[in-house]
Amino acid sequence: MADLSAVRAEDLVKEFGDFRAVDGIDLHVRQGEIFGVLGPNGAGKTTTLRMLATLLPIDGGHAEIFGVDVRREPHRIRQLVGVTGQYASVDEDLTARENLWLFARLQGLTGTRARAVAGDLLERFGLQEAADRPLSQFSGGMRRRLDLASSLITRPPLIFLDEPTTGLDPRTRGQMWDTIRELVTDGSTILLTTQYLDEADQLADRVAVIDRGRKVAEDTPDALKTQVGDSTLQLSLADGSDTALAANVVRRLLGEDPVLTPESGRMNVPLPDPDRAADVLIGLREAGLGISSVSVAKPTLDEVFLALTGHGADDESQMEAAR
Amino acid sequence: MTTTSTMTPAALGSRRIDPSAVVARTTPRTSLQETWVQTLSMAWRALKKMRRKPEQFFDVLIQPLLFTAMFAFIFGGAISGSVADYLPVLIPGILAQTALTVCMATGVQLREDMDKGVFDRFKSLPIARIAPLAGPMIADLIRYGIASVLTLVTGLLIGYRPGGGVLGSIGGIALTVFAGWSLAWIFTWLGTMARSAQSVQGISMMIMFPLTFLSNAFVPAETLPGWLEAFVKVNPVSHVVSAVRDLFNDGAVTAEVGWAVVGCAVVVAIFAPLAVRSYSRKM
Repeated sequence: MADLSAVRAEDLVKEFGDFRAVDGIDLHVRQGEIFGVLGPNGAGKTTTLRMLATLLPIDGGHAEIFGVDVRREPHRIRQLVGVTGQYASVDEDLTARENLWLFARLQGLTGTRARAVAGDLLERFGLQEAADRPLSQFSGGMRRRLDLASSLITRPPLIFLDEPTTGLDPRTRGQMWDTIRELVTDGSTILLTTQYLDEADQLADRVAVIDRGRKVAEDTPDALKTQVGDSTLQLSLADGSDTALAANVVRRLLGEDPVLTPESGRMNVPLPDPDRAADVLIGLREAGLGISSVSVAKPTLDEVFLALTGHGADDESQMEAAR
Repeated sequence: MTTTSTMTPAALGSRRIDPSAVVARTTPRTSLQETWVQTLSMAWRALKKMRRKPEQFFDVLIQPLLFTAMFAFIFGGAISGSVADYLPVLIPGILAQTALTVCMATGVQLREDMDKGVFDRFKSLPIARIAPLAGPMIADLIRYGIASVLTLVTGLLIGYRPGGGVLGSIGGIALTVFAGWSLAWIFTWLGTMARSAQSVQGISMMIMFPLTFLSNAFVPAETLPGWLEAFVKVNPVSHVVSAVRDLFNDGAVTAEVGWAVVGCAVVVAIFAPLAVRSYSRKM
């Protein structure tokens, strides 16, 4: 195979009735990288992943994984891809050890080998002590780890992680990130979806931003962030009616328009260089405008979205909720 | 919980994954032997679940005990003149009815199971599409077995003496188990089609009641009006019941036994592919 791509998808389409959940998405994931698909709820991330994993029929377009046609050879694809779902897809009625044993047996490992692999994975994911307890006693983080472990039994070269840390507390999330990074050192390629720019930033080599079933951008996390400014100065004005005046000050000093929320007297100022924050603050002081709070923040997904699509990520979540 | 991500590279072998080698090892479809191992693994899962949820056995315990005794004493005098004369007619009938009830539970439980997240994983694994359907059905053989034996034992307690002896009885039970397993494919198919476990239950009831009561399970077909008798005679349940009667009461492997086996095989040949197709399409 001269081609070093892990996933090559062109013009993927998925329709649910009249609703085009995925509307012509191209993805190109290189071998050995962590590729992030970033987008709000309902953007089509999970649907895209499910099509590539043969869990949903592909309605249009073409997809190959390591050169194997997804539509024509689903059985081969299933041997190449390990899927970890958004909601832990493990058997609630079995113990952790039984789950791993079952999945190993189903994938052709002998009884002895299945037992050994289950033991190894339980140890590797810190689940030995809970191995024989019912899953109902598992925390969210433990379930996710078991779910991920279940995807690794046959050491698949490509691993799909659908929102691997949604709903996890920050500490567990950090542990999950470490685990994911270590998978790549084994030679696996990872395609993950996430709602958090932070997560894409921490993990992904490259990121595709998906919005309403379309890809709106694809780049490294750094390049994406540069598009919205490296960081943001968040200001709350003491008097909300001053926002227009304050915006003028910012425009004069930085030559850029701040994002305003006049109702709450808040204003987000894109900062190409964090040093300029002081200039803005001094400028506001000189103009006699009071500030009630100030902070410097890294760009959020919302801001990346606003910059890329002209509308916020929240609209999308509401669309999803209404669906 | 704190030692989560300390990786031991030796745990899974530290060799790096080579995608092209993995691609070269892939197979285009599951072999028969793989399908068999996968089906047995799914049966193992179903057995584990049975052991953890013994309330699943409620129907196979209560129905044989209750219905056998109840029907014998209620209908015995009216239909055959006495309870003792009715038992040779009734016991095979109850067996068929119980087997159908167990079948119905198969479909309902499959539907419930399919709504769980773990089925996503089963679908994403390179396993035969029939394994998640056939596995639980193999485990259900135990349920058919328990139900059949209990029915027979209840019958023996109230005075039934099968003329076919031990061998005839074993044959009758084996046929009931096989018939139950075959007819279960109808309900498995329903399970893969229906939207919810409740609708499976509803539709199954509508199928099960006519199949059992519009058969010769509880009354001789000759006593029915002509049009009904015609239906009763083509009802596969009637053939199973007649065959089980021949085995139990005479220990004879008659043509009815042959017809019952053929009928069951036809049901499997039609509904097993339908079920697998509908299950694969649900992806």
